[in-house]
Amino acid sequence: MAKKIPLKRKYEMMTRGLAWDTTYQDMDDVYPYDKFEGIKIHDWDAWEDPFRLTQDAYWKYQAEKERKLYAVIDSFAQNNGQLGLSDARYLGALKLFLTGVSPLEYQAHRHFAHLARNIRGTGAQVAAQMQSIDELRHAQTQIHAISHYNKYFDGLHDFTHMHDRVWYLSVPKSFFDDAVSAGPFEFFTAISFSFEYVLTNLLFVPFMSGAAYNGDLATVTFGFSAQSDESRHMTLGLEVIKFLLEQDEANVPIIQHWIDKWFWRGHRLLSLVGMMMDYMLPKKIMSWKDAWEMYFEEQGGALFEDLARYGIRPPMHAEQANNEKHRISHEVWAIFYQYTHAAGFHTWDIDDEHKAWLSAEYPDTFDKYYRPRLDLWKQMAADGNRYYNMALPQLCQVCQIPMGFTEPDDPTTICFRSREYQGDRYHFCSDGCQYIFDHEPEKYIQAWLPVHQIFQGNCGGAEIPDVLNWYHLNLGVDNMAYEGSAEEKIWNDWMATRRVGAART
Amino acid sequence: MAVTALKPGYTGQNLDAVENFGPNQLVYLHWEKHLMFCAALAFPFPPEMPFGAIVGEVLPQFYGPHPDFEKIDWSTVRWTLDGEDFVPDLEASIGSQGVGHKSMLRFWTPGLDGLGDSGA
Repeated sequence: MAKKIPLKRKYEMMTRGLAWDTTYQDMDDVYPYDKFEGIKIHDWDAWEDPFRLTQDAYWKYQAEKERKLYAVIDSFAQNNGQLGLSDARYLGALKLFLTGVSPLEYQAHRHFAHLARNIRGTGAQVAAQMQSIDELRHAQTQIHAISHYNKYFDGLHDFTHMHDRVWYLSVPKSFFDDAVSAGPFEFFTAISFSFEYVLTNLLFVPFMSGAAYNGDLATVTFGFSAQSDESRHMTLGLEVIKFLLEQDEANVPIIQHWIDKWFWRGHRLLSLVGMMMDYMLPKKIMSWKDAWEMYFEEQGGALFEDLARYGIRPPMHAEQANNEKHRISHEVWAIFYQYTHAAGFHTWDIDDEHKAWLSAEYPDTFDKYYRPRLDLWKQMAADGNRYYNMALPQLCQVCQIPMGFTEPDDPTTICFRSREYQGDRYHFCSDGCQYIFDHEPEKYIQAWLPVHQIFQGNCGGAEIPDVLNWYHLNLGVDNMAYEGSAEEKIWNDWMATRRVGAART
Repeated sequence: MAVTALKPGYTGQNLDAVENFGPNQLVYLHWEKHLMFCAALAFPFPPEMPFGAIVGEVLPQFYGPHPDFEKIDWSTVRWTLDGEDFVPDLEASIGSQGVGHKSMLRFWTPGLDGLGDSGA
């Protein structure tokens, strides 16, 4: 009988043992992408994969996870799992998540495949290869969830088309476009480290707990299935950073800049999650502020203490992000509330119980700055005059979010920043976004800003119905106020039928 | 270095150059201390448009829903144009008084600081 190979030896054979250096062709021609960023690698063999996972074992684990996952998803579909949701308002958060994030999973799949081919370290190639397949799996799973919910609810019928066109989906799309159009090491720092390691808990933990609290078993099951992949991705993120920092001192300032940049980009992107947590989950889990304190200020603080020995300091605009934790969810909700007629989901007026929760969670800001406008909007809706903003908002050139964020020292004044570059003006929502632009203006002047594209006549027409038609959104069905919507009606009808059914038995 | 690129000398193209907007230029307007309106508003205006059309037509249409709007005393309103103090000439065209492509016009209405002085 053949002797069993020890794990460490097997890992070496199944990774480095499969690789070779090219001799007919120059290695720099075979791997053209891994030097232009200025990152210096002296010894790829110093790459450590703490999981020591090889392809043969990978497929076995993943197949088992898939079997379990689809058993639960099938049972969810067969048992009309959607009726177990806490309330149809929950779907607003779910639609934003599924349409915003699922295409990013697919983009991640593509780009990790690109990295697996184009970086010359074998350990890193194998790790990127597995993550590429993970991301494809996550995209597929989320598309199954879209497919199920699309049978019963509005706004999910054409998510790939919408991702390329709809104004707020340009926020996650441009975030990822920025990463995939960078070099391989910036991509690793952006996605594997800054997003998956530093900030991912702020996306997945609240979102999966929120799904569990609100009866969304399909999303919870996906979350569990993705969790072991995510922990591998997080570990990869930290390993990449440490590896790059250890390889050459000249790498330190380059990595620091990328951390500064991608921390801020991630923070801006996550403001959408903050809104979901504070305003869109019918049953709340925790406030955005508490999540930020726990997952960034405490956990992130410990991480950056650990990285200090490499010469890395906390992200440049971390203090501003901490300062904004009292505000951003409210500011982003104001955007979606008044532009819901151009979105793929509903928004609604906030009831007294919800306001009391917000007031308790945000004692320094809610009553003073945000309650008055929520009260006015509710009154306007009661008077038959629900507020929709019929002009288009100014967008940030970098994050592409409507410029609704306020000055660091004044929550009542919008933060306006601008730069002239080659005779043209560019506008930014924050010092963080301006900093990103200043470093690479040639990249960001190319931004496809939805509002400006509408005014250039590139989006189906000049009126909102024309633009929505071009987005493939159905005005008044997929969007506008939840109160009085078809979705509210069908949900209430189902719940009424259930109560009648329960009374009979 | 204006971009980190594989190809030396790579340059980008500004997608929002003024010539892409036909006869118009982009102008942003913002009413300070009234964050019921979540962000500044963007408009495509021809440079020949008189400034008075902003005050007389555009602002009432889009800011009119706020209860403070009808209380504005326009003689006391303070303006800035691209960060500098500015006194508009309502009769003259916006282009002739320095309102250019992607210019930012902010205005403050003294004594009116939003709902219950909340800045909203």
